[in-house]
Amino acid sequence: MEPVWEWFRWLYDAHGIKLTIFFDEWDRGRFLNGIWTTIHLSFVAILLSIAVGIVGAWLQMSYLVWVRRIVEGYIQFFRNTPPLIQLYFFYFAVDSALSDSFGITGGVMGSYGWAVVSLSFFAGAFNVEIFRAGVEAVPRSTIEAADSLGYTRLQVYRYVTLPLAFRVCLPALNNNLINLVKTTTVAYAIAVPETLYISNQIWSDEYNVFEMMNVVWVVYIVLVGCLVWFMYRWEASIRIPGYGQ
Amino acid sequence: MLRKLLSVGVVTAAFAGGTALPASADTLANIIDRGKIVVGVKADYAPWGMRDADGNLVGMEHDMIADFARRLGESAGTPIAVEKIVVVASNRMQFLEQGQIDMFIATMSNKPDRREVVGIVQPDYYSSGVAVLAHKDSGIDGWASLEGMTICGIQGAWYNKDHGLKNGAEVVAFKGVPEVEQALLDGRCVGWIYDDSAFIPRKVNEPEKWMDYEIATPTVDDVPWGAAVRLEDVDQPIGKALSAAIIDWHESGLLIELEAKWGIPPTQWLVDMREKCLADDPICNDVYDEGE
Repeated sequence: MEPVWEWFRWLYDAHGIKLTIFFDEWDRGRFLNGIWTTIHLSFVAILLSIAVGIVGAWLQMSYLVWVRRIVEGYIQFFRNTPPLIQLYFFYFAVDSALSDSFGITGGVMGSYGWAVVSLSFFAGAFNVEIFRAGVEAVPRSTIEAADSLGYTRLQVYRYVTLPLAFRVCLPALNNNLINLVKTTTVAYAIAVPETLYISNQIWSDEYNVFEMMNVVWVVYIVLVGCLVWFMYRWEASIRIPGYGQ
Repeated sequence: MLRKLLSVGVVTAAFAGGTALPASADTLANIIDRGKIVVGVKADYAPWGMRDADGNLVGMEHDMIADFARRLGESAGTPIAVEKIVVVASNRMQFLEQGQIDMFIATMSNKPDRREVVGIVQPDYYSSGVAVLAHKDSGIDGWASLEGMTICGIQGAWYNKDHGLKNGAEVVAFKGVPEVEQALLDGRCVGWIYDDSAFIPRKVNEPEKWMDYEIATPTVDDVPWGAAVRLEDVDQPIGKALSAAIIDWHESGLLIELEAKWGIPPTQWLVDMREKCLADDPICNDVYDEGE
């Protein structure tokens, strides 16, 4: 790899394009760590937010009015507040309150932990509504048919409603998950060392704002591009001929 | 429309010229004529400039200003009163340019772009730099001890890397000072890398809140502080008188005494400057040289 790094050093010497993330080992190391942090933060938040969405949509169909109200309250709380404010709220307010009541110093969770919680709940609130739209699109007669075959309510949801609903709501889910990956950048406000945070540090140290802005832009295009490609592949692979399309 | 805009511009320019007029006269002669000097001071930067419990403006810089007025009075043979105008970082240079004040001593770093706007007299009178404020149980004592420590910082500060990361610390950087304070007091980090002159007011103003925190490293990368007169006054009698006073403050050790009086931790910079001034080092003359 050494010739590649040297080429970038030449690029700087010859043309003043200062991409220290290639030829400076220190910057390269922390930048790769930043991208890696973005990837696993996104991955964990995606999985948890989908889980929240599935459970939330199930609870929304509950016979118990209070369960439905609690889910509704959760959706309103997380959908109607900006993610940055939620992050600050969890990290500085909720964590302090929990630490005080349990007598813990140094915080209940680190910045990464709170970013996962906050982003998962944020995207999860949208996912509940997305899955609900899918669930409601499943024909009543299909559910009655499953019912008459002796399925329990959970079994109907698990084996009939959800698989069909999933196919209906995948395009909307794609949108939300793409947004989630982009929203991970707000985690830099609570010092999660993800791509934007590290880039900010690098351009402050090296005065290469212009170069790093372009690098950040390319990184997110590639990351989100990979997610979109994967989601399209998944959508195509679970397609039921004649259903939906 | 264009003509109207132009005429507004001419009127504004006339006004600006009008208010700047007093600057062109001999400022020192004016001060002696009216028997008072109008000085820009800080009230928000304890203990350099602050209000005491009775609301009076006090602090290290206020003592320096009182001493300067006494000197002016002695050489003029008539007492000179001090009228203080409270300034903040964002308006001190404008107040001076517009003639609302004759000079200021207001915790200002001596930076090249500022020397183009106001007349920063030489030599500088104080200096601040980068240090770490740490919890007393953190085990931080000196820069080398940062290895493996989690310390807080401000996003974008150049010294996070040079003095934090390169010393082996993990720097957790936030957007602003309030977030850092919260994180530090919550115990999310054991120290805070920042400007040392920002730590001292916290210790002075809120001793209980910062009881467990001490400045745990020597100060590095000093930036000196300068007193200022109007740009055209820097080589006039007022500028020269202020320079002479600052040189004498260094030589007599007054600045070191005031530092101790106001509870500011001793700065090596002042000790070094005193030695240089006593040895007639050119850094201690009234002219700014490249690289000073």
